[in-house]
Amino acid sequence: MRPHLSARMSPPPTEVWEDVCALADLVPGRGVAALVGKLQVAVFLVDDVDGKGELFALSNFDPFSEAFVLSRGIVGTRGDRLKVASPIYKQSFDLRTGESLDVPGVSVPVFGVRVVDGRVEVSHPA
Amino acid sequence: MNSFEISPRRTLVVVGNGMVGHKLLEVLLDRGATAEWDIVTFCEEGRLAYDRVGLSSFFDGTSAEELSLVQPGFFERFGLTVHVGDAVASIDTKTAKVTSRNGLTVAYDALVLATGSYPFVPPLPGNDAPGCFVYRTLDDLEAIRDYAKSVRAGAVVGGGLLGLEAANALKCLGLETHVVEFADRLMPMQVDDAGSSALRRRIEDLGVSIHTGMRTEEIVRDRRGRVRGMHFANEGPNGPIDDLKVGMVVFSAGIRPRDELAKAAGLLMGERGGVIVDQACRTSDPRIYAIGECALAPDGGTARRRIYGLVAPGYHMARVVADRILGGDAEFRGADMSTKLKLLGIDVASFGDAFATAPGAEAVTYSDPLANVYQRLVVGPPDRKQRRQVTGGMLVGDASLYQTLVQMVRGDMPTPEHPEELIFPARSGTGPVTMGVGGLSDTAVICSCNNVDKGSICSAIGRGAHTVADMKDCTSAGTGCGGCVPLVTELLRFEMKRLGLEVSNALCEHFAYSRQELFDLVRVHRITSFSELVTSHGNGKGCEICKPAVASMLASLGGGYILDGEQAALQDTNDHFLANLQRDGTYSVIPRVPGGEITPDQLIAIGQVAKDFGLYTKITGAQRIDLFGARVDQLPDIWRRLVDVGMESGHAYGKALRTVKSCVGNTWCRFGVQDSVTLAIDLELRYRGLRAPHKLKAAVSGCTRECAEAQGKDFGVIATERGWNVYVCGNGGMKPQHGVLLAADLDRETVFRYLDRFLMFYIRSADRLERTNVWFNKLEGGIEHLRRVVIDDTLGICAELEADMAHHVATYECEWKATIDDPERVKRFRSFVNSDQPDPNVVFVTERGQPRPARPGEEKPDPALLATGTGL
Repeated sequence: MRPHLSARMSPPPTEVWEDVCALADLVPGRGVAALVGKLQVAVFLVDDVDGKGELFALSNFDPFSEAFVLSRGIVGTRGDRLKVASPIYKQSFDLRTGESLDVPGVSVPVFGVRVVDGRVEVSHPA
Repeated sequence: MNSFEISPRRTLVVVGNGMVGHKLLEVLLDRGATAEWDIVTFCEEGRLAYDRVGLSSFFDGTSAEELSLVQPGFFERFGLTVHVGDAVASIDTKTAKVTSRNGLTVAYDALVLATGSYPFVPPLPGNDAPGCFVYRTLDDLEAIRDYAKSVRAGAVVGGGLLGLEAANALKCLGLETHVVEFADRLMPMQVDDAGSSALRRRIEDLGVSIHTGMRTEEIVRDRRGRVRGMHFANEGPNGPIDDLKVGMVVFSAGIRPRDELAKAAGLLMGERGGVIVDQACRTSDPRIYAIGECALAPDGGTARRRIYGLVAPGYHMARVVADRILGGDAEFRGADMSTKLKLLGIDVASFGDAFATAPGAEAVTYSDPLANVYQRLVVGPPDRKQRRQVTGGMLVGDASLYQTLVQMVRGDMPTPEHPEELIFPARSGTGPVTMGVGGLSDTAVICSCNNVDKGSICSAIGRGAHTVADMKDCTSAGTGCGGCVPLVTELLRFEMKRLGLEVSNALCEHFAYSRQELFDLVRVHRITSFSELVTSHGNGKGCEICKPAVASMLASLGGGYILDGEQAALQDTNDHFLANLQRDGTYSVIPRVPGGEITPDQLIAIGQVAKDFGLYTKITGAQRIDLFGARVDQLPDIWRRLVDVGMESGHAYGKALRTVKSCVGNTWCRFGVQDSVTLAIDLELRYRGLRAPHKLKAAVSGCTRECAEAQGKDFGVIATERGWNVYVCGNGGMKPQHGVLLAADLDRETVFRYLDRFLMFYIRSADRLERTNVWFNKLEGGIEHLRRVVIDDTLGICAELEADMAHHVATYECEWKATIDDPERVKRFRSFVNSDQPDPNVVFVTERGQPRPARPGEEKPDPALLATGTGL
């Protein structure tokens, strides 16, 4: 098993932030796919009850179907964990940690994501 | 050359080479009779003995050769003489000689009459017109088959065992089939009213029309004298009932013994026919025996006698006579009339004291009108220990208990303490075994991806797996393609209920309501968004289960374009991109082809689109063309081209109406009786885009041959000469199930009205991802209940259901046309939000001249580029 890459939790020192789209391009509750360098990243906007939004970025790769599809999954909650369900076989991944909620030990990489001047930026290792 | 003549050789003449006559020959040979006897047999038909019981299989493709009971070379090998196509014309009992029709005279030492029976033809005017047939011999069947080519509909006179066999034959020949019975029920000799009703419903479900209590007055003929219908003496509520329009009539209303030969020979006869025989099967002439259907044989130890119309007692008589001829003293005292048959594919069994006529007999009945299963168990009077023995019974629809019960009747197996548990196992806590998941055996495979059987799922429930998620963890069931999840859910609920555990109908962790309850909440409170619903009646943020389910409800209730505003976030990826996600992340596109009718220009356009976009094409099972391998960013361009040639969304991506498949109907087909294509198109255009708990498939057949397979669809319509029959809740998928007849002989407007109501009732009350057949199997009261709701409007909701449907029809728009016309809506169709580059990880290879996704190893993307994560 390769080490768990948790970019969001501990960005590598040489991280680069890359502009991907306007915040207005995102639909609350859905994701989009972005090419960051040569990586496919799924970016999700989750709207909060009080009207504030929160952004998440995971790898777009679904390890169960081996297809690049996570950005097209449905966002929701399991208990109090925010998650996205793969559109292929419906396994869920924690939006914060990338962990599979169905199969222990499986996870997808997470990326740093932020909003600067109405633009969405994703970090990736340089 | 020495020759030893122990006793002079004697001659046995056997008259008739039917099933029983031939059995006699076999037993005699088996016992070495040819050492002493010369055996001469006369076979009136041009064919040697064949299986008359399996006669109707002739129409399923079984050949006359396969039906034959005579091994090739049988007569030659054993030195028997057989005269085929010749019959005994007279018997001279004084000189002990028979003379044949061809003038042959044979002296006999023993004579056996095995002349069988002939079909009874009621004395009706026109009963000998061209188009009238009996159902007895292979020649009869060949004549029926040839004549059936020129007619659409046929009637069988007689609703007994033989009549239903004949009905099966007409059905196999593709005729609209009617059964006309004088008595008030089918099979009056074998089953009671309730059993007959279950049988009737099952037969009607097969599309055979049953008319009981009919007093036929005349066979109606056309100008050329050929059959064109039946006229009845019955009165309906509005005066005399209509003639039944049929082009042929098959009489199968019972048998009469072929006894004219015996009568002419002066043998003792029964008052109503039949040659009287004793317990040795000997007639009033000691050298003459009679066996099979021509014999009036003992019925029990008393002087009562009867004709045995079943083959088993006939065989018994044959064995008795063979023994007597060889000097034995075997006896025939009567026979068990137990029968187990498969009539039109339906199990029917009747055995022992089936009607509970013996003193002290009591009957226990189990009736499942959902599955049309009826079981009646008859027990004798209680003994000293208050135990009752099984003495008879009848089984309709499921005769799997027949062997066990017959053994109990015969005393070969002890009757259990509570005999009623045999047919109704509730007392032991196992619940009645019905058609649903409870009826599946433990080895039935539920999840074929992971090869998980019912037994494994049940034992996992026993170990505490009480949700579908638990079940996935425990058994892997449902973690493959996911197609079995509804079945797993049904099994889970069934088993938990059986174990007395509390069953939750909650849709998911965000809603404590079932889909039906949520639907009512949405409808009654006029809720128009998911957030409104989850705030007022749920918790959390929803998930991939409740979001699409609610989106579907909002769409069913006329929510407009499904991807606007908040609804966009609710849709499964298929609905979100209005295309079908495939395993490699690409999509497939299916344009609507209403009724399966497509113009050459549309075909060319589809082909050109496939070529231009490099798509794989395949004909679907629903008479449409599927274009595979489209990337998200290609979808709007593909659809612009398709919309330009007048095509629209086929909703293959949605839980919605797919196709209304049709046969070509009477527009082209020689056999069609209605215009099935037009009705299919009209139905498809009416219900296109209708969102439902699951996909909806439909079909319209132009005649009873059912080429569109309408009985295997969620709703299906079959043309009759008088209108349309509507079937509902059929399924052709993983648990195939015949649709049930909702109503018959409807006009077009009524077809639409009933289907509007039926569909909206299903949409309101079904569970998430519950196909109509699963919904129907759980519906209390079955088809009668459905008819009361949809036809009789006993719930008083039909006006609402029709209004809901009218709203759907009025507000329908093609989702793809609405999408490509609006640049804002087109924006979402990009592989990447920050690049116009297509998805580099979609890789195709070519197979048989078409693209398909690369398999692992065929094309490996650079792992350094993938960010594929850990663990797999």
